[in-house]
Amino acid sequence: MSRYAGIDSGSWTTKAVVIDDDGRVLGTAVTRSGADLAVAAGRVYTGALTTAGLAPGDVSAVWATGFGRHTVTFAHGSRTELDCHGRGVAFYVAGPVVVVDIGGQDAKVIRLDASGQRIGHRMNRKCAAGTGSFLDEIALRLGVDTGDLDQLAAQSGEALELSSFCTVFAGTELLALIRTGKQPADLAMAAYRSLVKRVQAMDVFQGTLVATGGVVAYHPRVVALLQKALGSEVIVPPHPQEMGAFGAALAARDGAVSVGPDGGGRGDR
Amino acid sequence: MNHDGMAGYGEDRQAGRPAGLRSAEALRDTMGAYYRTLGEGSGGRPPVAWCSSVGPVELLRALGFAVFFPENHAAMLGAARSANRYMPLAHAQGYSQDVCSYLTSDIGAYLAGETPLSAFGLTSVPRADVLVFNTNQCRDVRDWFEWYGRRWDAPVIGVRSPRSIEQVTDGDVDAVAKQIEALIPTLEAVAGERLDGSRLALAVAAARECSDLWGACLGTAAARPAPLTFFDGTIHMGPAVVLRGMEEACAYYRTLLAELQQRVVEGVAAVPGESLRLYWDGMPVWGRLRALATTFAEFRTSVVASTYCNSWIFSDLDAGDPIRSMARASLNLFIARSEAPKEQYIERMAGQFGVDGLIFHDCRTCPNNSNTRYAMPQRLSSRLGLPSLVLDGDVNDLRCYSDEQGRTNIEGFVEQLADARAARRQAVGG
Repeated sequence: MSRYAGIDSGSWTTKAVVIDDDGRVLGTAVTRSGADLAVAAGRVYTGALTTAGLAPGDVSAVWATGFGRHTVTFAHGSRTELDCHGRGVAFYVAGPVVVVDIGGQDAKVIRLDASGQRIGHRMNRKCAAGTGSFLDEIALRLGVDTGDLDQLAAQSGEALELSSFCTVFAGTELLALIRTGKQPADLAMAAYRSLVKRVQAMDVFQGTLVATGGVVAYHPRVVALLQKALGSEVIVPPHPQEMGAFGAALAARDGAVSVGPDGGGRGDR
Repeated sequence: MNHDGMAGYGEDRQAGRPAGLRSAEALRDTMGAYYRTLGEGSGGRPPVAWCSSVGPVELLRALGFAVFFPENHAAMLGAARSANRYMPLAHAQGYSQDVCSYLTSDIGAYLAGETPLSAFGLTSVPRADVLVFNTNQCRDVRDWFEWYGRRWDAPVIGVRSPRSIEQVTDGDVDAVAKQIEALIPTLEAVAGERLDGSRLALAVAAARECSDLWGACLGTAAARPAPLTFFDGTIHMGPAVVLRGMEEACAYYRTLLAELQQRVVEGVAAVPGESLRLYWDGMPVWGRLRALATTFAEFRTSVVASTYCNSWIFSDLDAGDPIRSMARASLNLFIARSEAPKEQYIERMAGQFGVDGLIFHDCRTCPNNSNTRYAMPQRLSSRLGLPSLVLDGDVNDLRCYSDEQGRTNIEGFVEQLADARAARRQAVGG
């Protein structure tokens, strides 16, 4: 039985997943990416191996993904997060599928055909609205931890809207609402609605919908609001935050081909 | 439009750097000589006309003007990555961050008293005696020229073209031809001479020859592998922009065409190991030209054709009917057309150059040259069965472009195209 690992070097967090030949997840780890992406990658790889009860020598291949994929010097190859999120979702859900991945710094819509082949993608513009950074900013303004935002929104009783187009303006709009005595719970819910509206505007959503990413993992309200907005069930597969790393591990298992000149970026660019 | 005959990913890992063209030296000489003429001393110097890049330059040649193209100057600022240093100066004057970053970077550079033309002995952009625009491309050129016109008390004249044209009619041509004719008295007064019809015919003939030669150069990229890329084209189109209507441009393109044809014969690729071929619509990102060329080359992907480089092919020019043919050429320009003819154009180009996908640059400050905002990529992808990618960026304002997001978008697109090709091969091979 061979084992494979995937490292997702994201903007906020770095994730690692170790799988076996059948794609069963043996171990995972997540850490803040921080300023040294290579260190974070090494840390999560060690962490995932530990939870799997394995040593580095037990792993046949490691592949990297995420914006810091080229800094994972011990990876044998890399694919973009567009590929890996799609690849990971295709393992769990039969196509055609539309994947919505909401990460710390970007949001992606990935389209897969019936065979799981990627046929298109959209990314958010150079802007934080519609991403985890937006929720971080709102949580800061409300004086709560981002992780507590979902719980706070659960107490919402009044439907409020944040109409601003950008994160900074939404922040000032929030302050104006606070001055008028609006409740933090309603403001937290308004922030979620705003995020969902931004995602909803990225593409036409039809057919099977799957949501992944750290925001989906820690803010289940986003999924509920997305379902309501799109009028369709949204599937959340296992390990939504680690889906990119899982896809990278599958790429390692499947012997995917890196499109770059150096076999996919082993940090020598 | 599937081209499975090329080497696939994973078979040949020898991706290389883009191969340079020998003609680059002649290009430097040609462009350098042109810029130096703009700085020649005022004693006996011909009057200077500023002209928008697809404006009625042939008329200015025939009247003996030294012609300066501020869009070329702005592109130099972008390519030198100095544009972002200058733009805030123009923003402070009231020119929004959302209007043409060519305009804001050029005006900003003027206010800063700096110019890349200093490499050619100029201390400033040449002071205009007259500024001549054509709004066939956008309104911004007129606003841009009027800023200088007010500063220098120089006449700003031009052609107010119809835009979003479905079919160019004789009526449209008549209307624009009349506007071109109406420019003549002012231009004659500034030039201090009468327009000579035979000189105009010669300028139109030279512009047409330049246009045909440039078109032939770009056409060589239909070969497999392509001998030049869009990124090469953006550099080598210089003479077609600033020397249209002059023999110097024709001479340069004869040299370039000979080299490109030789490359085709010898199978020399601009992108070694060319595997995928793409079409580029929209403006270049001047400050990332080299980086993007290198990125695509690393992925053994050749951007073989573009709307942008082809916009300086004016096949309607006719020395036998100078002014009407100038009018027709300016109206038939891609940027002046409506969605349907634009889509037909890209469809024709995609077929001619055998591309695997389409890239659309959504240029933040150039809505007129961004064909992403009314769902054209979606319509074309659906109709042609060609995947498309939209890159967010800007022609000069690098604040609007994310290197990392751009690279991931491109790499993800290449992965998608390469995987689709591999799947087709597998299906064919059983």
